[in-house]
Amino acid sequence: MAEHGQESASYAAAGDLEEMELVHPRTFIGKYIWSQDAKVIAIQYGLTAMAIGLVALVLSILMRLQLGFPGVFSLIDPSSYLQYVSMHGMIMVVYLLTALFLGGFGNYLIPLMCGTRDMAFPYLNMLSFWFYLVSVLILVAGFFVPGGATGAGWTLYPPQAISPGTPGADGGVLLMFVSLIVFIAGFTMGGLNYIVTVLQARAQGMTLMRLPLTIWGIFMATVMALLAFPALLVAVLMMMCDMLLGTSFFMPEMLTLGEQSAHEGGSPLLFQHLFWFFGHPEVYIVALPAFGIVSDILATHARKNIFGYRMMVWAIIIIGVLSFVVWAHHMFVSGMNPYFGFLFATTTLIIAVPTAIKVYNWVLTLWKGNIHLTVPMLFAIGFIFTFVNGGLSGLFLGNVTVDVPLADTYFVVGHFHMVMAVAPVLVVFGAIYHWYPKITGRMLDDTLGKIHFWVTFLGAYAIFYPMHFLGFAGVPRRYYAYGETGYIADSVQALNAFISVAAIIVALTQLIFFFNLVWSYYRGRESGPNPWQATTLEWQTAHTPPRHGNFGERLPVVYRWAYDYGVPGAKQDYLPQNMPPEEVEAASDDAEADGEVRP
Amino acid sequence: MVNPSPGDPGSPHGMKGLVTDWSADRRVFDVPWGKAMMWIFILSDVFIFACFLVGYMVLRMSTVEPWPDASEVFALTVGGQSIPLLLIAIMTFILISSSGTMALAVKYGYEKDRRKTAVLLLLTALLGATFVGMQAFEWTVLIGEGVRPWGNPWGAAQFGAVFFLITGFHGTHVTFGVIFLIIMTAKVLRGSLDDQRPGFLTGRKGRYEMVETLGLYWHFVDLVWVFIFAFFYLW
Repeated sequence: MAEHGQESASYAAAGDLEEMELVHPRTFIGKYIWSQDAKVIAIQYGLTAMAIGLVALVLSILMRLQLGFPGVFSLIDPSSYLQYVSMHGMIMVVYLLTALFLGGFGNYLIPLMCGTRDMAFPYLNMLSFWFYLVSVLILVAGFFVPGGATGAGWTLYPPQAISPGTPGADGGVLLMFVSLIVFIAGFTMGGLNYIVTVLQARAQGMTLMRLPLTIWGIFMATVMALLAFPALLVAVLMMMCDMLLGTSFFMPEMLTLGEQSAHEGGSPLLFQHLFWFFGHPEVYIVALPAFGIVSDILATHARKNIFGYRMMVWAIIIIGVLSFVVWAHHMFVSGMNPYFGFLFATTTLIIAVPTAIKVYNWVLTLWKGNIHLTVPMLFAIGFIFTFVNGGLSGLFLGNVTVDVPLADTYFVVGHFHMVMAVAPVLVVFGAIYHWYPKITGRMLDDTLGKIHFWVTFLGAYAIFYPMHFLGFAGVPRRYYAYGETGYIADSVQALNAFISVAAIIVALTQLIFFFNLVWSYYRGRESGPNPWQATTLEWQTAHTPPRHGNFGERLPVVYRWAYDYGVPGAKQDYLPQNMPPEEVEAASDDAEADGEVRP
Repeated sequence: MVNPSPGDPGSPHGMKGLVTDWSADRRVFDVPWGKAMMWIFILSDVFIFACFLVGYMVLRMSTVEPWPDASEVFALTVGGQSIPLLLIAIMTFILISSSGTMALAVKYGYEKDRRKTAVLLLLTALLGATFVGMQAFEWTVLIGEGVRPWGNPWGAAQFGAVFFLITGFHGTHVTFGVIFLIIMTAKVLRGSLDDQRPGFLTGRKGRYEMVETLGLYWHFVDLVWVFIFAFFYLW
C-alpha cells in the first residue's frame, strides 16, 4: 500500500498500515493446489462444496424414490433411508451452504470488494481449505465403514444417535463427529481471516458504511459462525466422550434392546440446548450472505440504488444478534417451562421485524427501477418470493400452540426447505450467474440459464408447497414408510408420488447448470471486465479474471458507496466506487455539451 | 472523505472516539492484524469454555446423586494433615505468576531487548510446563483414588467426566501455549524478530508484536483457569 503515499498525505495521518505480504508462486502446484491466493482458494472451496452438494442431492432423490414409490426400489431399506435423511441434512446445511457462502463467495469477494490484495493471513486461509477438504473426506468415509453412515438425523440427538439399533451407531456417527470437529477448526481459520480483512484491511476511502451489502452479510455471518460453532464443538466432544469413554454427559439410564445401559444421569436436553444454540444461528449464517448478495444483484440489475442502505445494514446486525436468543423454539415439544416457551416465541417473532424491513427494502429497490430480467435477476426475484413464503410459514411454527400439532410433520420440512434451503440456493445460483464472468472472463449461456431458473423455481414450489398440506394431514417426517397408519389418508400417497416426480425433474435440470458451467468456460461469450455495469470494486480490476494481487499496480481509492446506479447527468448511468470526483464532473460536462438535458 | 484514522493524535476519546474508529476507512482498530485476529479468536474460544462451564453447571444441578465435596477430593495430606486445595492453590499461583513473566517479556520485546525477552519467554514456558506437570500429577492421584470418566467412589458419575474433560481441554490449551512459547523463544534468540525474517511456514515477517499476540493468548488461558478454579474447585 506504499504506492498511495501521496494521497495519504491529505489524511491527518496514514499511520503505519500493514503491508500485504504476498507469496508469488511459480509452479503449477503452488498456483493452483497449495495456493495462498484467496481467489483460487475460493474456487477450491466452491468446487468441493458443489461436489459434496451433488452427493446430498442424490441422497434426496433416493429418499423421494422411497416416499413416492414405497417398496419399488429394494436397495432402499429403512436403515439406509435414515442414513440418507441424516447425511442429506448435514451436508446441505454445513458442508454445502456454509462452506460455499463463506469459504467460496467470502474468499472470492471480500478482498476484491474491500479493495485489498488478498486476505490478511493467506497461509491460514490455505490451511482452512485443506481442513475443509479433509472434513469432507472423513464425512464421505462414513458411507463405507461397517454399519454405514449415521442415521440419527442431522440433529444427532442423543441418546439414540449413539445407542445400538440406530444405523451407524458404531462407526458412522463417530466419523460424523470427527468430521465436524475438523470442519470447525478449518472454518475458524478462514473465519478469522474474513473478519480481520473486513475490519482492518479495506481500501482507502472504504468506510464500513460504504461496503457493499454482500460483504456485510458475509461478515456478520462469519462473526455468528465463530460464536455459534463452539457450542456444536462442545456438544460433539461431550457426545464422543459418552460414546468412547463411557461418560454420561447426555446419556440417561435406560434400557436399550432389552439391556440396561452403562450410562446414568446424563441430560439429553443439554445436548439439544447446545445443538440449537449452534443450530439456530446456523440458519442465519446461511441466510445473511444470501440477503447481502441479493441486495447487490437487485440494485445492479434494476439500475437503482438499494433502498434504505443503512436500515439494511442494521437489519443484518440485529438479525445476527437476535438469532442467538431464539434457539429453544426448536424445542417446544422437548419439554420446557411454559414461560420459556413464551419468551422464545416472542424473541422469534421479533426477528420478523428486521427481516420484514429487508423484504420491503428489496421490493422498494425494484419499484420504478429499470429492471433487466437477466438470469441473476430472475434468481434474485425468485429468492424474494420464496423467502417470503418460507418466512410466513415460520410465523406458524414460531408460536408454541400452533407449533405443537405441527411439530415433526411435513409442514416443518416444507417450511425450512423454503426458507433456508431453496431460498439460499436460489441466491447461490444467482450469485454464480452474476460473478461467473468475473471469475472466468466469459458469460454463462442465457437460454440455458433461463431454462435452469424456471424449472428450478417452479419445481421447488411443486416439491415443497404440497408438503405443507401433508403436514396439516399429520404426516410425520423422517419416516421410511407409513404402513397401516389409519389417520393418514390414501390421497397422501398420490401427493407424495407427485412430489417425487417433481423432485427428480428439478434434480435432472441441475445437470443443465453444470453443463453450462463447463461449456461456457470454454465456449461462452467473452464478458469484458464489467458486463453488468456494476459499481463495486471487483468489476473495476485491471484484468479479468483478476490476477494474483487483484488490482495491478495501484490499489483502488474509494469515493462513494456501492449503489450509485441510474445517476442523472452521468455519461454512463452508474458511478463506480473508485471513480474520482474530477472524472465524474468531466463526464457530466460532456453530457451537457452533447445537448442532453437531465432533470 | 476526510475520515480521521484510528489512533491519530487528534482523534477523539470515549464514545465519540468509538464512533470515529468504526466510521474510519481502511481499519477499525489501531492494532496490527495479528493482534486483531487473536482477539477475535479469543472471543470464539471464550464461547467454547462458556459452553463447557454452562454444561457442567446444568449437569451438576440436574443430577440426583450427591456431588463430591471438592475441598475433600482435592486435598493433599502433608505431614499427616489434610490440607484442602493445596495443590490447586500452588498450580494457580504458578499459572498467575507466568502471566507476570509473560507481561514482562512483552515489555522487553517492545524495547527490543533480545536477551531479556528470550529469558522471560523461556521462564513463562517453564512455569506453564510445571503447571501441566502438576495437573498430570493431580490426575494420577485422582485416578489412583478411583475417579474415572464413568464414575467415582463419592457420588455423581458426571464429576469425573466433567473434571477430566474441562481440565483436559484447558491443559491442552496450556500445552499448545508452551509449545508456541518455545518456538517464539527460538525466534527471539536467533534474532528473527530483529531482522524481520519471514516465518518458516507462513512467510510472515517477524516482528516483536508477535510476542504480544502470543501474550494475549497466554493471559487468556490464565484467565480461563481462574473461572475453572472458581466454578469447579470452590463451588
